[in-house]
Amino acid sequence: MFDFGIITSWIHEFLTSYLPLGLATFLECVLVGVCIILLYVVIAVIMIYMERKVCAAFQCRLGPNRVGPWGTIQLICDMIKMLTKEIISVRKSDKFLYNLAPFIVILASVMAFSCLPFGRGMSVLDFNVGVFFLMASSSIGVVGILLAGWGSNNKYSLIGAMRSGAQMISYELSASLSLLTIIVLTDTMQFSEIVMRQQDGWFIFKGHIPAVIAFVVYLIAGNAEVNRGPFDLPEAESELTAGYHTEYSGMHFGLFYVAEFVNLFIIAGVATTIFLGGWMPLHVSGLDGFNHIMDLIPGFIWFFGKAFFVVWLLMWMKWTFPRLRIDQILTLEWRYLIPISLVNLLVMVIVVVFKLHF
Amino acid sequence: MNFLFLIVVIISAILIVIAAIGIAKLISPRSYNPQKGESYECGIPTQGKSWMQFKVGYYLFAILFLMFDVETVFLFPWASVVQNMGVNGLLTVLFFLLILVLGLAYAWKKGALEWK
Repeated sequence: MFDFGIITSWIHEFLTSYLPLGLATFLECVLVGVCIILLYVVIAVIMIYMERKVCAAFQCRLGPNRVGPWGTIQLICDMIKMLTKEIISVRKSDKFLYNLAPFIVILASVMAFSCLPFGRGMSVLDFNVGVFFLMASSSIGVVGILLAGWGSNNKYSLIGAMRSGAQMISYELSASLSLLTIIVLTDTMQFSEIVMRQQDGWFIFKGHIPAVIAFVVYLIAGNAEVNRGPFDLPEAESELTAGYHTEYSGMHFGLFYVAEFVNLFIIAGVATTIFLGGWMPLHVSGLDGFNHIMDLIPGFIWFFGKAFFVVWLLMWMKWTFPRLRIDQILTLEWRYLIPISLVNLLVMVIVVVFKLHF
Repeated sequence: MNFLFLIVVIISAILIVIAAIGIAKLISPRSYNPQKGESYECGIPTQGKSWMQFKVGYYLFAILFLMFDVETVFLFPWASVVQNMGVNGLLTVLFFLLILVLGLAYAWKKGALEWK
């Protein structure tokens, strides 16, 4: 596989040969920052376009199709429109918390986003406690949503934020328990290391039935954690206008919107990295010619292909099931998913301890 | 290097928000209207404050969450070494999980998991 680390080390040597070390490091940091911001925005735009097209396909419509070929320029137009809308703030709102909320929501999602390994050597943050760091940083987002609901002094916003808080913290448990199932199998928490361990088979195939159950539980919990799909009652538009971002207008609202879609991509990316082999190509043991052809496809294409496949699965879930009530959501989590994932964890430990896995 | 990049990530996240809101503030039109400052609720003037009492059920689930989240934090380091510990690691955590499951069963029986 092509190692992106070659390019980064080449840039590092190129810069240090012309510049002093401090300045070179500063330039590298700027480069990394620019890359993160660009990738974040591009992923958000692609996700919004995909959401509109997929949703249209599930409802037998065409979706955006007038501006540009297949409506691809529509998103750029929407972004410009959103930038030219006035930012209104409510007179009675708590100004500080109201303006702080978008910062926290975006911060949480950018921090989680930069943990994802897009290819070999192509990850920004690669801690040895990567999975733990990702769970921690993505759960900061709930603080931003609570602040948005509390600060905007609106009853709909408050109810939406409270529902969202209860739902997000509950589903975080089964999401992290199902990730734990795979950490038991790998005995590491570093993302790049987790991907390397899947060279001889993806974990969803290697881990028997417990891995498949953990994958399904993670998809359900992840979908609920980003307030989408059948679990979108924090912003149930027929009862709460728009939930916690009712009072936000223009680009303020746009930031919440972008963060929601990138969070969906992060869920899909984590599912890809942990269960579906990340940037590892598909290998079938015994078919050497087939494996060789698969190796020719670059790693980041494998990653994005798998991630967008999982995103498509999640969108399918969203546009197929009707919205749940709050008591049904909490019952599903506390009475079904948590016991299932605890038992699943124990089964996985037994499988690993007695060496029953492949 | 990783921690340096963490600072870079945090700064770039803050820059995204500042840039988006800054550009919007620069190019968007501005007009004053007293109606714009009202809460977007139902059309007639809002009664009372919105910082009010809300359902205690949310609080209950938050407490339950705290218990299980701390449990997950304890399980993360265990999960990364259990392969080397073997049967010993399994038995140790079995006892820990048993106490937690008893707690969940108690909350379930007491009706704390019901939305009333």
